[in-house]
Amino acid sequence: MSVTELEFQAKAVESAPEHAIEGRSQWNLTWRRLRADRVAVASVVVILLVIAFALSAPLIASLTHHGVDQAFPNTGLDVNGSPVAPGVHGFILGTDDIGRDLLVRIAYGAQISLFVGMLTTAIATIAGVSLGLIAGYFGGLVDAILARVIDAALAFPFIVLALALAAVFHPSLSIVIGVIAFFSWAGISRIVRGQTLSLKEKEYIEAARSLGAGPWRIMFIDILPNLLGPVLVLATLYIPTAVVFEATLSFLGIGIPEPAPSWGNILSEAQTYYQIAWWYIVFPSAVLLITTLAFNLLGDGIRDAMDPRTERIFAGGKAAQRRRKRSSSKAAAAAVSAGS
Amino acid sequence: MTGTRREQPVDAFPTDASLDEEVLVRVDGLVKYFPVRGGGLIRRHVANVQAVDGVSLTIRRGQTLGLVGETGCGKSTLARCIAGLIPATAGKVYFEGKDITNLSRRAMQPFRREIQMIFQDPYGSLNPRRRVGAIIGDPYAVHKTAAGAERKKAVQELMERVGLNPEHFNRFPAEFSGGQRQRIGVARALALRPKLIICDEPVSALDVSIQAQVLNLLADLQADFGLSYLFIAHDLEVVRHVSNAVTVMYLGRIAESGPGDQIYEHSRHPYTSALLSAAPAADPDSAAARQRIILTGDVPSPIHPPAGCRFHPRCPKAQELCGQTEPVLETKAGDPSTHLTACHYPVEAGEILARAGRRESR
Repeated sequence: MSVTELEFQAKAVESAPEHAIEGRSQWNLTWRRLRADRVAVASVVVILLVIAFALSAPLIASLTHHGVDQAFPNTGLDVNGSPVAPGVHGFILGTDDIGRDLLVRIAYGAQISLFVGMLTTAIATIAGVSLGLIAGYFGGLVDAILARVIDAALAFPFIVLALALAAVFHPSLSIVIGVIAFFSWAGISRIVRGQTLSLKEKEYIEAARSLGAGPWRIMFIDILPNLLGPVLVLATLYIPTAVVFEATLSFLGIGIPEPAPSWGNILSEAQTYYQIAWWYIVFPSAVLLITTLAFNLLGDGIRDAMDPRTERIFAGGKAAQRRRKRSSSKAAAAAVSAGS
Repeated sequence: MTGTRREQPVDAFPTDASLDEEVLVRVDGLVKYFPVRGGGLIRRHVANVQAVDGVSLTIRRGQTLGLVGETGCGKSTLARCIAGLIPATAGKVYFEGKDITNLSRRAMQPFRREIQMIFQDPYGSLNPRRRVGAIIGDPYAVHKTAAGAERKKAVQELMERVGLNPEHFNRFPAEFSGGQRQRIGVARALALRPKLIICDEPVSALDVSIQAQVLNLLADLQADFGLSYLFIAHDLEVVRHVSNAVTVMYLGRIAESGPGDQIYEHSRHPYTSALLSAAPAADPDSAAARQRIILTGDVPSPIHPPAGCRFHPRCPKAQELCGQTEPVLETKAGDPSTHLTACHYPVEAGEILARAGRRESR
């Protein structure tokens, strides 16, 4: 091959195709892969249905004429004073121990559970990302202090703290949100810190510094976009954890105070009745299970979609796609459990 | 292209540099040590990596100073000290006569506009998650000089100027080839219209046909904008092609410096001669006729550099004095005043160095 030929080829490479103007971003590719993942799409549908269910709680209440805290001692309880079964007297999912409509209570409970889950995740993510970035980027004494705080937060026995707080203050929604957020940020922070430590050594960070960019600009404009992937996956996986956390606290009686319904305190009350009223424990458990499962599967799906090695949109057979997904999600799960 | 310029007398190291209007940057006795800490709980400071140890040089307006030396000799550390990216341990850096050594970030800000860098790795130096338009527009954003449509227009003009398709501002770095990426790096460095661009091995990661394109681009930009370059490379032919003056570094010190012709045709330091003899020649006949000087051993550790002349353990001409006394960087007899050599026994014209060391002829 002659030199002119080489030069010609080099020119051809230098002046790349001109028609494709829109860059195909990482997010674009992730979105394409995610859409091709049927499990993830199903999870999104389920999550949207649960959100719709929560938002339509007042509608359900008005359609059934059953208020959320309204007890129906005549129609809602049978002659023995026990809850009535699903379908009896217009109670679609039956009633609870004092004759309240279980469907209405689960719907309102969904509002609280999702609100707590998403708000605490949002707080924990913002706090965790900010502190992780600061610790990782500045290093030195700042990092030494923040890393110890992270270790302390992760080592703290959360049930003990929650019990102590509930003993000092009355259990309330804000305490629940505070406790869950306090125990969630550290895990995110630790991963963000580790990633920041490695990213800040990249040459493009040095390039940004040579332009005169300050530490905050570098942290939030240059480093943060490179972290959004893992953070998004983590946040998606923290939502179900927070929902379960809230349910745990409410189950122990230190969460959302009565009479406001939450999935946790419905289950708490149901535990003495499950032998005579199976619906009382099955339906709230089922929504809790479906919701957390959907969020977890979506998180897995996003993680797979972010991974450039899972080239499913270009892959051939569906069976092969499934196989690849299974093995990669196992590996990814192992990586996360090792990391956290 | 640079031939005519190189023929002009180049006063690489005038004595009263601070008074000279033509001097853009003066580096005076720059020292950079990196501490080496021991293991264990209390990380005791046990030694220093003497990356740069007393380097002085001058970069003149509109000219290119080539900086050569093998890996680990402190070229990049020196560049980062000049750019203010890492603090210097000692010594001074003057930009247009103003002391810019170890300024705070805020105090350094006006000088950042004047001094920009082009990095070696066209893959590592561009943020993979940001669009090219945002990367090239970064200098405007940081220095708040242009925003919105104005910034976009400026970015597209820059892209056009460095030979990129301005329509591609929305793309990601991953969608460009190595040469195109380096053009993006050049555009970013050019955005603020700096006076000095420090090129840290800008073409060593590119293949040869692309190297020439990028070098020609840099030369065109120098002519258009009156840029000065500090051009770091380990390819001597590349440096010869672009530089007015050349400085050769060895283990944190300057071995030899002077106008390009002097360094390439009349090198006085045995290390420079060895470097030149190792460069591959394009002409097979001349390559066969050439004496190659094979240096023995490796570069000594910069933690414990040799006493006296740092090159003496590997030097084919080394004598007792070399291991005892550090040679001064000075003009040797018969050289023009701009040609400085740090050697007790400089190479004489016509001397065959290979005889002193191991010889290999091909």
